[in-house]
This record gives sequence, C-alpha cells and structure tokens, in this order.
Amino acid sequence: MKRASFLEHVAWTGAGIAYTLGSTGLLTGRAIASDAAGTIEFVQISDSHIGFHLPANPDVSGTLKMAVDAINAMPSQPAFVVHTGDITHLSTATQFDDARAILSQLRAPLIALPGEHDVIGNDFKPYLTNFRIPHSTPGGWASWDASGVHYVVLLNVFNFEKLGLLGSDQLEWLRKDLAGIGRTTPIVVFTHVPLYALYPQWGWTTEDGAKALALLQPFDRVTVLNGHIHQIVTHQEGNIRFASADATAYPQPKPGSAPKPGPVTLPRGDLLRAIGYRTVEIDGGNLRFEDSALG
Amino acid sequence: MSKYLSRIAAAALLAATLGLSPPSVEIKNDAFSPKTLTITAGQTVTFTNDDDDAHTVTATDGSFDSKGLDTNGRWNHVFAKLGTYTYFCELHPFMKGTIIVKAATP
Repeated sequence: MKRASFLEHVAWTGAGIAYTLGSTGLLTGRAIASDAAGTIEFVQISDSHIGFHLPANPDVSGTLKMAVDAINAMPSQPAFVVHTGDITHLSTATQFDDARAILSQLRAPLIALPGEHDVIGNDFKPYLTNFRIPHSTPGGWASWDASGVHYVVLLNVFNFEKLGLLGSDQLEWLRKDLAGIGRTTPIVVFTHVPLYALYPQWGWTTEDGAKALALLQPFDRVTVLNGHIHQIVTHQEGNIRFASADATAYPQPKPGSAPKPGPVTLPRGDLLRAIGYRTVEIDGGNLRFEDSALG
Repeated sequence: MSKYLSRIAAAALLAATLGLSPPSVEIKNDAFSPKTLTITAGQTVTFTNDDDDAHTVTATDGSFDSKGLDTNGRWNHVFAKLGTYTYFCELHPFMKGTIIVKAATP
C-alpha cells in the first residue's frame, strides 16, 4: 500500500474503530499487517517512560499497551520486538514492574535496551533484573545472527557524566564482533541515544559514536535504529542508514525548534498520531521500515 | 490552625529579611538556578524540580545523589563538610552546578 493511502487507512481505523468503540488498537494492527507487502521481521518500539504522568501523556501505560495490542494482532508475528530504551521514567521498582507487566504480554520475544531513564543512580541492576537481553555480554551489549542479518545491540547510556558514550571496552568488543562478519552481510544496530551527532546541543549524540561508525563503515548495508529523541529522523552516512523512532509516550520538539528538549503537549488525537511503532521487513538483505502511529 | 500557619509565615518572612531563608536551588529549563550557591557548613540545601522533565542532582565526586527527581520533586541535602562541590544531572549531563560550603562565621 502506498504511504498516503496507508496513513489514511490507519487514520480511519484509528478514529473509527480503535477509539469510538473503545478497543485498544487490535483492528488497526490487523489492517496494517494484512496490507503489508512482505513479512515483518521485527518491530521497534521505544521510549515508553512508564511512570510519566504530565499532561503530555497522562496514560503512558495505556499507549504502550495500545502498541503491544497492535503488534500482537499482526497475523504473522515478528521474530522479535525490540524496545530501544527509556522503558521507565525514573528507574523505580514499581515502574519496572508496570512496564514488565505490559511488555510481557507481547506474543513475540522481547529485546529491551536500557535508556538513561532506566539506569538512574548509575544503577544497572533494576534493568538487568527485569529486561536483560538473552546471551548478552557482562556489559549488557549483545549480538546475534538471524534471517541472514547480523544484529548488534550497543549501549550508550552508562557513563555517568557523559550521555551518549560507548566506552573503550564496548568498542573493542564491537571490533572483534564484526571481524568475522562478511562485508555483504546486512547489519542492524540498535542503540538508545543516536550514534551520530544528530543534535549535540541537546545531547542527541554519542561522543565516541564515530569510532563505532568507522568499524561499521566497511560493510555494504548497515542500519542503525535508535530511540531517545521521540521522533522519526532519518540520516545517511556512506553505507550506514540511521532512523530514530517515535516514542510510545510523548513527542519531543524537532531539533532546535524549542529552547530545550522535553515533552510536547498535544490534544489527545494529535498525541496518538505523534507516537507509535515501527515494523521492519527484510527483503533480499534490504531493510524496509514503516512507521505506524497509534491514532 | 490558621494561627499556627500565620506564625510559620511570619517566621519565614523574618528569616528571609535576615537573610536566613533556607538555601535552595531551582531546576528549571534544563538548568540549576543559581548555578553557584554559597552556603555555610551544616546548612541544608533544598533542590526543587520545577521542570517538565525528570532530573537528578548528582555529585561529580559521588558524595551525594538525589536519584530521579520527578516534576515538582524536592530533595534536601545537608552539606556538613567545607569544600566546593560540583554536581550535574545524570539525565542531562550538560546541566551543571556548584555548591560552595564555607565555615560558619562565629
């Protein structure tokens, strides 16, 4: 389906079914999946900020649940769902419990990265207890191969005084991890904070990200998917394609369009059009992604 | 009750007039205000998050940490030892502040 009609369709099902009848987006999800051209390999969600309660979204649990329901309604389930961080707002035990209760409803396996909001107090433990990535390294980062793709999870939220830092241990691990990978193998990297200097003035960058990108640049097809900025921004550097994702909680201003980053308050209908999830198809090693709003 | 409250108000006014109002730092628009605060040893500083985002008050030397401060969240810390303490927000490390603790004049 073409982008325009796709959006129109989503908007119609959103207004006509999901909300008037008080359903939670089940039909919206079904309509999207049945109209998709290929098979969805994985779904990305991000920035749920469970525990946030300001007018920008007084029901962040509800909107995360809408995303989960839409994903669960896909007739062909994705191989996995990746959450690219800021699962909670303040890293509290209650917020982790609430987030886990919702995310554990996913039918597909979950890969969840921490954001800086999930490791407040420089404490990795609550995140690890609840969401440790299977077979991850002691540092929490990970890689695996599936469907001809090499997947890499990089964590750039741990250094205390610098947000957006990978550190030399992780970079060395990445160098070794990529050493055995063929140049034509598609690589998909997940991070929380953007790996390139998207908008350093607001901290939307990874200080040593360029070192990781230098290691990734020799490969033919690299895609880096991240969260943190609560909006879709795409970018390309050589063979590396970047795409940040919408939040499930609330949008943030476009880079430089406001004095500072932070929650943008919109009327409910507009909020649902500004948050959502991303489906990713892999076709002959090429990634195609489609961003779907919740309303 | 109202008598009690008015006494508190009177006491607060007196304290403010004498320059004794409790030292405080306001967190707003991704900044600590005042950026540098000078107090005397043993004083309690109240940090208040008046922003629409969560913040932390985290000492560079690790000697204090508010953990996550939600909007309208408040955190008190007693500065017992003399010194210059720099701190930052863990969620927004570009936000920095300094507390200078001087000896109380006799």
